[in-house]
Amino acid sequence: MISAVLVMNTQGKPRLAKFYEFRPVEKQQEIIRNVFAVLCSRPEHVSNFVDAESFFGPDARLVYKHFATLYFVFIFDGSENEFAMLDLIQVFVETLDKCFRNVCELDVVFNYSKMHTILDEIIFGGQVLETSSAEVLKAVEEITKLEAASSAINLVPKSVSSWRSR
Amino acid sequence: MEQLKTIGRELAMGSQGAFGQSKEFLDLIKSIGESRSKAEEDRIVIREIETLKRRISEPDIPKRKMKEYIIRLLYVEMLGHDASFGYIHAVKMTHDDNLPSKRTGYLAVTLFLNDDHDLIILIVNTIQKDLKSDNYLVVCAALNAVCRLINEETIPAVLPLVVELLSHGKEAVRKKAVMALHSFHRKSSSSVSHLVANFRKRLCDNDPGVMGATLCPLFDLITDDPNPYKDLVVSFVSILKQVAEHRLPKSYDYHQMPAPFVQIKLLKILALLGSGDKSSSEHMYTVIGDIIRKGDSSSNIGNAILYESIRCVSSIYPNPKLLEAAADVIAKFLKSDSHNLKYMGIDALGRLIKLSPLIAEQHQLAVIDCLEDPDDTLKRKTFELLYKMTKSSNVEVIVDRMIEYMISISDDHYKTYIASRCVELAEQFAPSNHWFIQTMNKVFEHAGDLVNIKVAHNLMRLIAEGFGEDDDAAYSQLRSSAVESYLRIIGEPKLPSVFLQVICWVLGEYGTADGKHSASYITGKLCDMAEAYSNDEIVKAYAITALTKIYAFEIAAGRKVDMLSECQSLVEELLASHSTDLQQRAYELQAVIGLDARAVEAILPHDASCEDIEVDKNLSFLNDYIQQAIESGAMPYISENERSGAVSVSNFRSQDQQEPGQHGLRFEAYEVPKAPVPSKVTPVSLSSTTDLVPVSDSLYARETHQITSVGLSSDTGSSGLKLRLDGVQKKWGKPAYSSPASSSSNSTAQNPVNGMTKVDVAASVNSKVRDSYDSRKQQNEIDPEKQKLAASLFGGSTKPERRTSTSSKVPKANAGAADRSQDSKAAIVPNKASGDNSNQQPPPQDLLDLGEPNVTVAPPTVDPFMQLEGLLDPSISSTVSHSDSAVTNAPDIMGLYSGATSGEQSGGGYIPAGGDLLSGLSNAAAVRGTTGETIPSPVSQSVKGANAKDSLEKDAKVRQMGVTPTGQNPNLFRDLLG
Repeated sequence: MISAVLVMNTQGKPRLAKFYEFRPVEKQQEIIRNVFAVLCSRPEHVSNFVDAESFFGPDARLVYKHFATLYFVFIFDGSENEFAMLDLIQVFVETLDKCFRNVCELDVVFNYSKMHTILDEIIFGGQVLETSSAEVLKAVEEITKLEAASSAINLVPKSVSSWRSR
Repeated sequence: MEQLKTIGRELAMGSQGAFGQSKEFLDLIKSIGESRSKAEEDRIVIREIETLKRRISEPDIPKRKMKEYIIRLLYVEMLGHDASFGYIHAVKMTHDDNLPSKRTGYLAVTLFLNDDHDLIILIVNTIQKDLKSDNYLVVCAALNAVCRLINEETIPAVLPLVVELLSHGKEAVRKKAVMALHSFHRKSSSSVSHLVANFRKRLCDNDPGVMGATLCPLFDLITDDPNPYKDLVVSFVSILKQVAEHRLPKSYDYHQMPAPFVQIKLLKILALLGSGDKSSSEHMYTVIGDIIRKGDSSSNIGNAILYESIRCVSSIYPNPKLLEAAADVIAKFLKSDSHNLKYMGIDALGRLIKLSPLIAEQHQLAVIDCLEDPDDTLKRKTFELLYKMTKSSNVEVIVDRMIEYMISISDDHYKTYIASRCVELAEQFAPSNHWFIQTMNKVFEHAGDLVNIKVAHNLMRLIAEGFGEDDDAAYSQLRSSAVESYLRIIGEPKLPSVFLQVICWVLGEYGTADGKHSASYITGKLCDMAEAYSNDEIVKAYAITALTKIYAFEIAAGRKVDMLSECQSLVEELLASHSTDLQQRAYELQAVIGLDARAVEAILPHDASCEDIEVDKNLSFLNDYIQQAIESGAMPYISENERSGAVSVSNFRSQDQQEPGQHGLRFEAYEVPKAPVPSKVTPVSLSSTTDLVPVSDSLYARETHQITSVGLSSDTGSSGLKLRLDGVQKKWGKPAYSSPASSSSNSTAQNPVNGMTKVDVAASVNSKVRDSYDSRKQQNEIDPEKQKLAASLFGGSTKPERRTSTSSKVPKANAGAADRSQDSKAAIVPNKASGDNSNQQPPPQDLLDLGEPNVTVAPPTVDPFMQLEGLLDPSISSTVSHSDSAVTNAPDIMGLYSGATSGEQSGGGYIPAGGDLLSGLSNAAAVRGTTGETIPSPVSQSVKGANAKDSLEKDAKVRQMGVTPTGQNPNLFRDLLG
């Protein structure tokens, strides 16, 4: 199971933090700090895997990927495959890229809720839901469209809007 | 793919209406982004919180504004500030009918709240309503919240609704419903136990996505107990087969790989189901074999599947063909330049090594490379592997390496872990006492506060008992070497407390035993220690007790004691200590010094720390006294239980139990016999204590304990130690020190006290032993030579697990060597290389008899490796020719490796097909003129290949110059010689 997804920049500022098991805010901050400390101490061109037991509990592993100014970090347990997680990061980033057309740190910052929407289509309750970025994109676009529609015609009765969604 | 942020882009973002951020929010983010320090950031965020607090409670906020406030709250909380004042607003938002608001509300509550938060009760109702909504997006949002916010108590409220959704029209909803049920299962498996059938049914869902989602809960269920699911093996295998054969719609492909996550999950499930189950495993062999054969090692996801297959192979009932295939894949992984693949390779090797121990040999050098890699993760994985393959023949090298690494890291968690590993290995495989003590010293010195106190007690016990050796000389030598080493170490600053305790104890017991050091010298050292660590009371207690013992030994030996002034002041200080324990010890010291030699000897006999203290539990010396008392009319003692009548009850019960047995055969199994003394208060059977006053056992124990503690109070700390030590299990060495057996000759021979004994023995009989010895010795001198290390790590694989005695070891080891060389011969396809090599063989006597200096003679004339290099493709030889055993396998590997290299070329690194796409995008972006800090899409690291080549050349050069004595790698020649 995946226990957390973190996106942070190379200065250690969190850009997205999603924990699939509840952690108090202070603990979340501690984890983010620890993850950042580990990541920036790693030399270049080494493996993308880190043992996360010391700050995330037993059997926790961490996979990260560094893109320009951002680190994408997935923390998960022994029931997932490290390589597959690495690819899941790839899926996530690809989707972001398609969604924002050349994603950059600012997109991530400003579209906080959309980031979550995308992530929710990929990982659901800590389990991998979808791995095709095209599918994810389709779902996200549909959501955006419906949201826009429902904001625009707020007066239309609910049954009609739901009829539209079919 | 990404660009540096530019002002133009920021403006574009600002005007972007779709997500509707206000200028305020943008400013906030910008100012946080630009803040220089954490304090500045905090100031900004606190100001923001103030604003939000004010705004959010205003009446009639437009929905869009409210949504933004909530998002800003989320942002604030992500930065580590408390946003709890806004939780209620987020909860309110979930009630909203407007879809974006509702979704935002759900997002916020899932991020804010724990499943036992008070506000959850306000949401459950909304969730129930939304699960029934006919807008599937609302349903999805609610399901998302269900996963996170529904706890054990609230599961029943939503369970039926979620189950209903299992047959929803939309695939996405079905999928999420399955996963929501999975989360219920995780939280409380009993709540959904009646739904297991549903999971099985969903396995046959028309939609492969739903089927894939079902695998997650099934995986959990099977992890808990695989047995009820054995019937599904065939279905899983056929699903896996279909997936692997591209039978799924193309949309499930990921980088040309059919539904890889489904494949991985299935392999994991099969691994669980096939574990230790031959008949189930047999169903799987074909499909796993196919997957490995067709495996695509050029893409990341392809490797993920290959790795998962290996894990599966190593878990199910072993099949030689599959193991072979897996070994080939591992070879490919290890030879790769990518750290990720090496990591996988090492991990997989660790899994497979239990099944086929010989597999590691051909990867010796790869493993050692990983050990010296700058990548910490890889290093740790490699230590894990080494831990698994530790034997008595290579324990010294491995533990040395571990300690070296342990010293170099600062991560306490891992330090503790690796220290415990070192201790474990040393206890299990230590070749000699001396080595064990030295190793423990190192561990204590560098990670003392992190190791279990038991380890320290074990060490003290070991020094005291000396493994029950008969040989007194070796025994006292061990102790004095320990004393010497501690006297040396004492000077180091900041030693851990545990280690100091050991030092104090050993110095107290044995500091003056061999007469080398005077009492005043040792006591001086002890006082220094107590002073240097004056805020550590335990160390002080140990030190003062050690002082007491030394003075006692002096008095017993008839020497006059004159206390050093510093000791005196220490004692005085402790006499007035706040700690009663320290005070008592100090008073005891004073008391002991005042006694005469005979009394002192009785109190603190020399070297008696392992003697058992005999306690007369029956208090038989009181019999006369009791007899007298009874005769003169005293009441005999009646135990407490007898008084309360408990005995009679239990007697009845036991009679009842026996009765049916008298009537006929008993068919039910006998109960586990209940201990006659189930609790401390039950009585001992009365009959046995005819002439004694019946006293319950526990009373005895308590009394005797009191007596011992009273009697020993003058005995002070050493007795305390003795008692504590008794509880510590002796983990290594001979099982019982009462039966020393034949070990003494063995360990004396191996104690490398004077260095030469061992070499003599080893050199004359077995080059392998010397080999490991040499390598150990020279490791300290220069940067360790890899081959040497390899030889010492992997060399002794055929050796018996524990060294029993030198005489028995020799034939075995030789036989092992012979075996191995036969193996390798069989592997050699008659080719020129082998011919050449056999020409080069130095006569075996050279190796064994001539010792180090002249072994250099043989190899430089013609280097077998150089010749090999000519035979093989350069890229291959660079990796292969390092390794002695790999040479013999060269023909096989050549085929393999060429496959690997071609794969690597096309794969190019970590972004498979998609990488091209992305890098394409980024290039385009760069052209467009935004400042292009593009991400270099991971380039293939083929440059690294040169390294292997370089090192080969270096190696060859070194050989030709004769710098490297071949004596260090006799394995090579043994293999070649046969």
